[in-house]
Amino acid sequence: MTDMSGAEILVDSLEREGVDVMFGYPGGVLLGIFDVLFDSEINFILTRHEQGASHAADGYARSTGKTGVCLATSGPGATNLVTGIATAYMDSVPMVAMTGQVPTSMIGGDAFQEADIVGITRPITKHSYLVKDVRDLARTVKEAFHIASTGRPGPVLIDLPKDVMAARMKHAPIDGVELRGYKPTLDGNPKQIERAAKAIEKANQPVIYAGGGVNISGASEEMFKLAQSQRVPVTMTLLGMGCFPGSHELSLGMLGMHGTYAANMAISDCDVLIAIGARFDDRVTGKIQEFAPNARIIHIDIDPSAISKNVSVHIPIVGDVKRVLTELLKKIKAPDDVKKKTREKWVGQVKEWKTEHPLAYEKSDSVIKPQFVVEKIYEVTGGDAIICTEVGQNQMWAAQFYKFEKSRRFLSSGGLGTMGYGLPAAIGAKMGNPDATVIDIAGDGSFQMNVQELATAAQHCLPVKVAILNNQFLGMVRQWQDMFFNKRYSHTCLAVEPDFKALAEAYGARGYLVTDPKDVVPVLEEALFSPEPCVMDFRVDREENVYPMVPAGEAIRNMILGPEKKKTGKLRAVK
Amino acid sequence: MKHTISVMVENKFGVLARVAGLFSGRGYNIESLCVAPMMDPSVSVMTIVTQGDDRVIEQVTKQLNKLIDVIKVIDVTESDYIDRELMLVRVSAEREKRDEIMRVAQIFKSRVVDVGPKTLTLEVTGTDDKLDAVLRILRPLGIRELVRSGKVAMLRADPRK
Repeated sequence: MTDMSGAEILVDSLEREGVDVMFGYPGGVLLGIFDVLFDSEINFILTRHEQGASHAADGYARSTGKTGVCLATSGPGATNLVTGIATAYMDSVPMVAMTGQVPTSMIGGDAFQEADIVGITRPITKHSYLVKDVRDLARTVKEAFHIASTGRPGPVLIDLPKDVMAARMKHAPIDGVELRGYKPTLDGNPKQIERAAKAIEKANQPVIYAGGGVNISGASEEMFKLAQSQRVPVTMTLLGMGCFPGSHELSLGMLGMHGTYAANMAISDCDVLIAIGARFDDRVTGKIQEFAPNARIIHIDIDPSAISKNVSVHIPIVGDVKRVLTELLKKIKAPDDVKKKTREKWVGQVKEWKTEHPLAYEKSDSVIKPQFVVEKIYEVTGGDAIICTEVGQNQMWAAQFYKFEKSRRFLSSGGLGTMGYGLPAAIGAKMGNPDATVIDIAGDGSFQMNVQELATAAQHCLPVKVAILNNQFLGMVRQWQDMFFNKRYSHTCLAVEPDFKALAEAYGARGYLVTDPKDVVPVLEEALFSPEPCVMDFRVDREENVYPMVPAGEAIRNMILGPEKKKTGKLRAVK
Repeated sequence: MKHTISVMVENKFGVLARVAGLFSGRGYNIESLCVAPMMDPSVSVMTIVTQGDDRVIEQVTKQLNKLIDVIKVIDVTESDYIDRELMLVRVSAEREKRDEIMRVAQIFKSRVVDVGPKTLTLEVTGTDDKLDAVLRILRPLGIRELVRSGKVAMLRADPRK
């Protein structure tokens, strides 16, 4: 037992949780904590905006699997974290967000820089705490990390009043957590796993629909075995990218609104759908009644509330994806010769779809195509970089044209769709993976939402790379206006923009302006291997659209495949 | 269909806000809600009456279970249960009507708990059906004020135990 202040207990508790990196911004009520952090081993990254801190913690968490930690002051500091917390909540990212708070005696009195952050964040956190007594502090930190990182992960907020940080007590570290209301189910029900095994064995045209849960659970290997041994094609959600190797013959790439033709057709035509760690989001399913209409659906997820929320499933299995798949692999029989033939026929059909309508775009020698930039990033990095994205067209092109081979290499705000996510997330990812090439594939619109974090990258010597697919539009919204609003580009044209090259240089980063397609590769080769943060301003074809596209609310087999090309995939009877 | 859900929660500040926020945030409806601590003062029980089809109710219980401070959720409507509600009702009671009101009170096994110069106040307990019946009979006499506690519910004892 040592006599310690609340601030000292806090930092000690964080260190005991293995926290080595923190992102944040100081403020009045946090002075005590920052004084302790000054001597701590924790590597503190000072961002230029609290939102940046929250996304950086998120990027760190997604790329490493560890819990990301951010800290902001009371009032506006705390409210600036909100978007980052909501982003992490929607995408199940383990995060502990800490906020300063006015002294307990002043709470509720509209004090300077007071905000009820626990109340504000209640619907977007997995759990939250207001620590009113220093004696609860160490236990609270322990619980917060436990809750954030287990079950379906998510952000946990701890609100820290100034006087609690100053209060002193005799402190001994806490071990073990006991929460009677929180016991996630990890092992799947054996009977349900048995049923699932039987259903898959019988299937003629099975498809795996893999979501972020596979990446979170670290179940890529198990899923690969299942797909390979049973010959099941795999399609992934945006957050599922990387959980199955993108270049593999069984990979269909992404499904849904901007999914591949093969993925959307395979889903529409399958007889057994194996949904793993996915939640039937509307961007994935399109018109829900026509999503996998002929299929028996198996749904494996750790969150019971994700099951039968949007689609009613036939064989639900609640549990950790890795554990459930391990058990499933033990029970499932290898296909016999007859079954092998049917499966190969199905795989053949899927390959046919892939060659019939691959992801494509019109090549050009005169103007840079955004898809071309992403393809070249893929080639130059050998498919081994960590790719962050902003939100919109840049995000979709990154998901379509970069083939992810491994888990935790694609960081993107899927659920909330947060513009401004990519650059700070890249900073977080670089902190967690110092040896990796970390690239933010950005749009000119969203890049400007957290552009100030270039200073963070420069100050901490973090050589993150930003590739702006600059079309001087809010591209995705413009695309919808183009396709559904008679080309009335209402307030989507970014007519005045900074000179991004000069802006990068002003922040102490390196800048490039690229207007000619033949300069794309040389610039990438120089920028990606330079030891500095770099911004590449690729001036791309301004009115390029993302295809395929399923109009909102339509069945996913009704894809618009390109300009003037609309194709409705015919459903075939299941033999 | 109406469902009565019994939710055992940690008796901590903010828990009611979490539960109420869950209902409002996801567009579920709360018809009545009753909270009080149990024998173990660290635990409270909330009895929530809500309405929705099977899918909504399934989500309600699953979402409640997801809250860290929720220890246990029972949809008592799915089994045999007893439920009671308490109501205080103040009715106009001119001299000539007092006898009639007293008789109504007697029939429904309720008590007069307050007497004013021109009013009588009854305390009625029972199922919501009974409370509604009492109100139907008292309404023509003139109801001045009314408060209802919301429903509390408990599963019936297992006959095998």
